[in-house]
Amino acid sequence: MTERRAADSHPADPGATTPDPVGQRVAEPAADATAPAPPGGGPRVQWSLWAQRYGALAALVVLFVYNAVATPYFLTPQSLLFILLRQAAPIAIVAVGMAIVIGTGGIDLSVGSVMAIAGQVGASLVLNDQPFLLAIVAALLVSALCGLFNGTLVARFGVQPIIATLILFIAGRGIAQLITNGELQPLSNPEFQWIGLARPFGVPAQVIIAVVVAVVAWLVMRLTVFGRYVLAVGGNETAARLAGVPAARVKLLAYVTSAVLAGLVGLIAVSATSASDANNTGVGMELDAIAAVAVAGTPLTGGRVTVWGAVVGAVMLKLLQNTLITHGVPKEVAQIIEGAVIVAALWLQRQETRA
Amino acid sequence: MRGINKSFLGVPALRDAHFEVARGEVHALIGQNGAGKSTMIKVLTGVYTRDSGRIEFDGREVTFSSPHAAQLAGLSTIYQEVNLVPFRSIAENVFLNREPKRFGIIDWRRMNREAAAILHRLDLDVDVTRPLYDYAIATQQMTALARALSTEAKLVIMDEPTSALAEQEVQTLFRVIHQLKSEGISVVFVSHRLDELYAVCDRVTVMRDGRTVAERSMSQISRYELVSTMLGRELAEQLSHRRGEDAVADRPPVLEAVDLHRGRALDGVSLSIRPGEIVGLAGLLGSGRSETARAIFGADPLDSGTVAVDGTPLNLKSPRDAVEHKIGLAPEDRKTEGIIPQLSVRENVTLALLPQLRRRGIVDRKRQAEVVDRFIKAIGVKCSSPDQPIRELSGGNQQKVLLARWLCTNPKLLIVDEPTRGIDVGAKRDIQVLVRQLADEGLAVLLISSELEEVIADSNRVVTLRDGRSVAELTGDQITEDALMQAMAEGSAADDAGAGTSPAEGTT
Repeated sequence: MTERRAADSHPADPGATTPDPVGQRVAEPAADATAPAPPGGGPRVQWSLWAQRYGALAALVVLFVYNAVATPYFLTPQSLLFILLRQAAPIAIVAVGMAIVIGTGGIDLSVGSVMAIAGQVGASLVLNDQPFLLAIVAALLVSALCGLFNGTLVARFGVQPIIATLILFIAGRGIAQLITNGELQPLSNPEFQWIGLARPFGVPAQVIIAVVVAVVAWLVMRLTVFGRYVLAVGGNETAARLAGVPAARVKLLAYVTSAVLAGLVGLIAVSATSASDANNTGVGMELDAIAAVAVAGTPLTGGRVTVWGAVVGAVMLKLLQNTLITHGVPKEVAQIIEGAVIVAALWLQRQETRA
Repeated sequence: MRGINKSFLGVPALRDAHFEVARGEVHALIGQNGAGKSTMIKVLTGVYTRDSGRIEFDGREVTFSSPHAAQLAGLSTIYQEVNLVPFRSIAENVFLNREPKRFGIIDWRRMNREAAAILHRLDLDVDVTRPLYDYAIATQQMTALARALSTEAKLVIMDEPTSALAEQEVQTLFRVIHQLKSEGISVVFVSHRLDELYAVCDRVTVMRDGRTVAERSMSQISRYELVSTMLGRELAEQLSHRRGEDAVADRPPVLEAVDLHRGRALDGVSLSIRPGEIVGLAGLLGSGRSETARAIFGADPLDSGTVAVDGTPLNLKSPRDAVEHKIGLAPEDRKTEGIIPQLSVRENVTLALLPQLRRRGIVDRKRQAEVVDRFIKAIGVKCSSPDQPIRELSGGNQQKVLLARWLCTNPKLLIVDEPTRGIDVGAKRDIQVLVRQLADEGLAVLLISSELEEVIADSNRVVTLRDGRSVAELTGDQITEDALMQAMAEGSAADDAGAGTSPAEGTT
């Protein structure tokens, strides 16, 4: 609404850099204005755009400052690296894959189950005295197969993403349990568990992995043809197809990426807990990841991917959770507050969708 | 309906329009897109409220406050897209919202019995307890019709009822319409297929630009008159300034499409385009113009027929294949099929070119910027910067971006479907000039446009489609409004060279 109102006011606003012929002369000076805000928008539009883009980051900063003042020992490496970031890293990694799938206009509910499958495959191979590298590669390959399954249903058979990935969401956990007959098995293989337990340079391995994943994903989205195709398919699939974009292949690849990242996190999870637990690995992860993507202002309708947004969203939600818990807010209330934050983020998104 | 006026945000959609249907009459309502047919129907059925004017129904002045009120009064509308509940049974759909009840509980036996009886009246014997989606579209349409009859309708409005039907189903529908007529029920029939109008309608009302421009008996109006009234062209009006098509005549065609068939949409389309030539594709709405474009571009699979580029028959399975063979398509509906709204002008321009800008998967941003700068300048796209999201551009500039998208791929054949629809005059002129220039530089162009003037002014040759078939080809001086309208209406008038140039000869 607000944007339309702004658009209506253009004719009266001689300085507006609108596409209409009269405004073209101002094109030159405006060329360096990279701000994506629509020209001539009122303050409300700008505010909501700003809130949408940087709301999660702002919330993170506020929470951080609050904790720095109010939470004892918050500003220690122990607390920051080994509690906050170490906990947020798995969510961030999955959220990055989720962001790409959401960017194509899809969603991936199966990430939690894929985590469990990958964890079980990796753990059971190691427990059967296979080399740890083989275990890791096999687990990631099986995850890729899961992604291929999701992607095939969505891209080739046109199944709605939410339904297509619901299949593995349900069946995947069953598969994971079958791999180890549903037993919880203790792990102790330092090489295999490096990704969950090691701390090179004093930093937890999963935090490093999360940063690497985010940087690579960011570069892929920014620099590659695949990155543009994701945005094109999510933005307008019909148009993308008519421009020769291989939409099916792009979607397939998005689901495979999401599944492989979930598999990676599954390996981190079993390593960190030193136990292969098919029942609990990755439970609820799909919602955490979707929430992380959503609070960062990425529209769930597709066409936009903000890799760093997903990472910030993951850390922010984790910090919010931890803050509420350390300050004695009952778990039930904490959950309601988390829900409210997500709703607020979605509301901000709607502001732009309607404009 | 008399003196009906209706404006949307100050833009008049109906101007002093009138419309009259007699009892037991089948009345055709025709007009081009935006002529005001739908607005008229919606004003009548209470979807919109009129700004002024009078509506009389069954001898009394009425104002329906809602479609429901209109229905209660005996006025039923069957929309193009069947608007029923697919998962409920036929009987439930017939009685939706008016289920016969006993003690507040649905009387299923009575409902099924009555539904079967009504459908029987329509010559349709089906199991009314089975869900609607089990049945063919025709049956679904009949169910909608049965629903109309069960409300004791006195007037049934059918908005393009045949567009989704197969030939034989159309015949069934016609039989039903005749039967309705014999029962004294009036029918308003909206369709773009002239054959159907002549087959089933008694009278016709033609609308144009929100006005009622003619009301005639079907038996007293020729197809040619019908089309020319609809398009608003006078017979005498002629534009003919021809270019030297001889220059291109001896070059081998870039594209040869032979006998394309696809469902009911394409029923034998053949055309060829030589380099440097603009071939216009004319025809009424629903004649298969866009479908032809999509078929050539590989967007829709063909049932039969061949598409050859540079003499080599191709089997194009997707637009991607077509792009690889240097064919481009600027689609009809810019918004839903053309632009990627939230992406920048830059990304929209280079979308089809990306495979060629790729070096080991990575976009060569320097070359991308060069290409974008060059084409934005050459085509005159007005944007604040290449980073500006395309959705913020005007329609004309969006269209220019889409042309740039194809031109930067250096195509051999460019298909432009309604390239100037809905854009301002200046941009329209720019685009027409640009297309002409490109053709002069050797590009083969297939131009689709509903505007006859545009087709006539821009084309070297014009292929006319009617009901999914290519029925006439006009070259050079033969391309006149009369000849085109003749071909669109009757389909064979100008088939052999020389005929059809004079309206007097061809008109019946």
